[in-house]
Amino acid sequence: MSNIRKLTSKRLFLPIFCMILVMMVNIVYDVANGNFALSFFTISIRNGVLYGRLIDVLNRGSEVAILAIGMTLVVSSSAGTDISVGSVMSLSACMCCMLLAGYGVSSTSELAVPLIVGILGGLVVAVVCGCFNGFLVAYLGVQPMVATLILYSAARAIGLLLCNNLIVYVRNDAYKFFGGYLGIIPTPIVIAAICIAVMALLLKRTALGLYVQSVGINKKASRIAGLNSSRIILICFAISGLCAGIAGIVSSSRIYSADSNNIGLNYEMDAILGVALGGNSLGGGKFSLAGSIIGAYTIQAITTTLYALGVSTSVAPVFKAIIVIIIVAIQAPPFKAYLRQRSAKKASLAKGVQ
Amino acid sequence: MENNVVLTMRGISMTFPGVKALDNVDFTLRKGEIHALMGENGAGKSTLIKCLTGINAFEAGEIHVDGIDGPIVNHSTLDAQNKGISTVYQEVNLCPNLSVAENLFIGREPLTRFGAIDWKTMVKKSQKIVDDLDMKVDVTQNLEEYSLAMQQMIAIARAVDMDCKVLILDEPTSSLDDNEVEKLFGLMRRLRDQGVGIVFVTHFLEQVYAVCDRITVLRNGQLVGEYPIAELPRVKLVAAMMGKDFDDLAAIKTDETKDFTNAPVEIEAKGLSHAGTIKPFDLVIHKGEVVGLTGLLGSGRSELARVIYGADKAQTGTLKVDGKEVKINAPIDAMQLGMGLLPDDRKAEGIIEDLSIRENIILALQAKRGMFRLLSMSEQNRIADEYIKALQIKTPSRETLIKQLSGGNQQKVILGRWLATDPDFLILDEPTRGIDVGTKTEIQKLVLQLAGEGKSIIFISSEIEEMLRTCSKMEVLRDGAKVGEITENLTQENVMKAIAGGGANE
Repeated sequence: MSNIRKLTSKRLFLPIFCMILVMMVNIVYDVANGNFALSFFTISIRNGVLYGRLIDVLNRGSEVAILAIGMTLVVSSSAGTDISVGSVMSLSACMCCMLLAGYGVSSTSELAVPLIVGILGGLVVAVVCGCFNGFLVAYLGVQPMVATLILYSAARAIGLLLCNNLIVYVRNDAYKFFGGYLGIIPTPIVIAAICIAVMALLLKRTALGLYVQSVGINKKASRIAGLNSSRIILICFAISGLCAGIAGIVSSSRIYSADSNNIGLNYEMDAILGVALGGNSLGGGKFSLAGSIIGAYTIQAITTTLYALGVSTSVAPVFKAIIVIIIVAIQAPPFKAYLRQRSAKKASLAKGVQ
Repeated sequence: MENNVVLTMRGISMTFPGVKALDNVDFTLRKGEIHALMGENGAGKSTLIKCLTGINAFEAGEIHVDGIDGPIVNHSTLDAQNKGISTVYQEVNLCPNLSVAENLFIGREPLTRFGAIDWKTMVKKSQKIVDDLDMKVDVTQNLEEYSLAMQQMIAIARAVDMDCKVLILDEPTSSLDDNEVEKLFGLMRRLRDQGVGIVFVTHFLEQVYAVCDRITVLRNGQLVGEYPIAELPRVKLVAAMMGKDFDDLAAIKTDETKDFTNAPVEIEAKGLSHAGTIKPFDLVIHKGEVVGLTGLLGSGRSELARVIYGADKAQTGTLKVDGKEVKINAPIDAMQLGMGLLPDDRKAEGIIEDLSIRENIILALQAKRGMFRLLSMSEQNRIADEYIKALQIKTPSRETLIKQLSGGNQQKVILGRWLATDPDFLILDEPTRGIDVGTKTEIQKLVLQLAGEGKSIIFISSEIEEMLRTCSKMEVLRDGAKVGEITENLTQENVMKAIAGGGANE
């Protein structure tokens, strides 16, 4: 009993529990259909690359996972959300493709500039966007939601301008790599893993985590204690911008084009949801990166599962919403308090019987 | 139940993780009395009150309120209010961005026939409430426009207006100056005569004897006893609170005033000012000197210190540290020069409430080292343990969240945070506010000990005796300007005269 209590009180218990729940649905479905029970976890090699539903979740979830890294920091430090990340993804993709193809060119197989210049161009413009958001929030005191609303609506349009109102195609194998395969592993998985590892290392080896949480909990007190609260918030938004840039290039590389109207569409919502599913308070303060990452992949797992269940693309969001409501409800403090009360009552009853 | 009793609590017990906060505590409040609830930090005063008002759930015991049959359990402060129990807490718990009138009537706004808020009536009623209490307040202004003291008074006015049978005042006077305290006492006496039972929690012994009829003493979560005021003289009260005989506070300062004129100068300020808060002032602080800043609340005591530290940026003047002219743009600059500031508003500017004691202690040191030179975990643990031990912080572990500690222990953690940076110059703004007598003595001793090690200290306190015991020089402030300096004949009378104005020191 006490062991179970200990387990459930762990911070990451619920996010992991939710993830397992989604996986269980897959198993039940497979069994009901007479398939191999663990086919969700089965990984095989087809056409020389890894194949399977789990791989698909990890692959398709890469962008949201990368976004969730930056979003976690933004939520923690500013108690607000960065809703511009989806649009910034699109802008970064457009910038990158425009540089690679040359302005006004709608399709190319030859790169106009070295690949690295295009990538860096995309990332730089994304970081600039992040800094702009951060400046508004940290130095001008604009509400994060309002501040990022500007680029939420503008960034996509700026991208379209950069591409001269065209969908720019870069049909070049070097560029396709980021959305393709590294050996047998899908490259996005590797990129997401690297991003997560870098952030985990930063949190472990530097005081970034302490600073961000401290500022998120009490900005004034942090300043008195010697932290530059505004700069730390700015840094968080810049990192969020960088993450959006990386995710944008991955997304664009998958379709080897800069489809400014569709790249990153509604991804900001999934990223925010990922952070929340990870058990992080959207009110800022303490955070768990691992929680956010698990949350991000859980969302992708839900989507993939729904498709596997044969739910059509157009109605899938309804089921997704229902599942999210359930998951968020079991993580809500009143529900947890209710469970605790119940178990306490049971314990006292058991005592009475003895 | 005796017929003049308005509230009884019997056998109240409750546990926090790792700590038995209350153990079988009884409390009785009669109609028309002011009843002091006394005890050291962590004795369980605030917890008992939170059990009564429904913020904490108690595990055992019964509460009875006059006029209600059977034991009551409150689930929220609103619940308690409906049963006639109103509370004003240690920290102001109102909404600073709402108007005074809105704050007075929040949750019980007068409505028009159509169910909308009747603003006119609300403003009129609010103005009458504050006028009756002789407070100069424009109720249409936002609460944040007023000083912390005035906000506290407004909080009390709100509680008073709610037709309460039981009024709980939890450290209401810790941010008020003498004048305002007297006004509050007048109000408390008036309410007592109307038959309201008042529970008064405070650390100021003088105030207990000035206004209370009866005292209940708690220690370590247990009831020590209930006494009529006449039967418990000061010394006995302190002994009951501490559980031992009381070594006189006055014995702290042993040696006579030292002469610092020849000591090396640590801080030299010339013409520093910040628009709207403090007019240009000069100040010299020597190494090893404890300088007191005194004046009425709002006289610019805290503001002067904040300008030196860069919490508010100086707009004019020059500052020399160790003889070198320096430019301080933000607190971190001051810290790099060896300064530290313990702010007066512990909740808003001191603690990072959701972080652990360890993280709170190492925060300033880590900020000084920069983001990329993280203190190793073993180093962090060592530092945290060192100060938990040295400052006798009462906590189950170093990983306990600071918000779970009592006020005095939180203050010690913040002190530890600054001591960990090994400062040359420390500004302590009301370090003993809301802290029990035992800890006050400890902190005063610590101040003298630090000065003995050659550190310079600015000490700000509302209690003049406390400063007389620790300071070798006092700066007097009035209306945002430094108006005098007392270096000789540091007596209560002289200081009071200087504060009041017209003294020989101007």
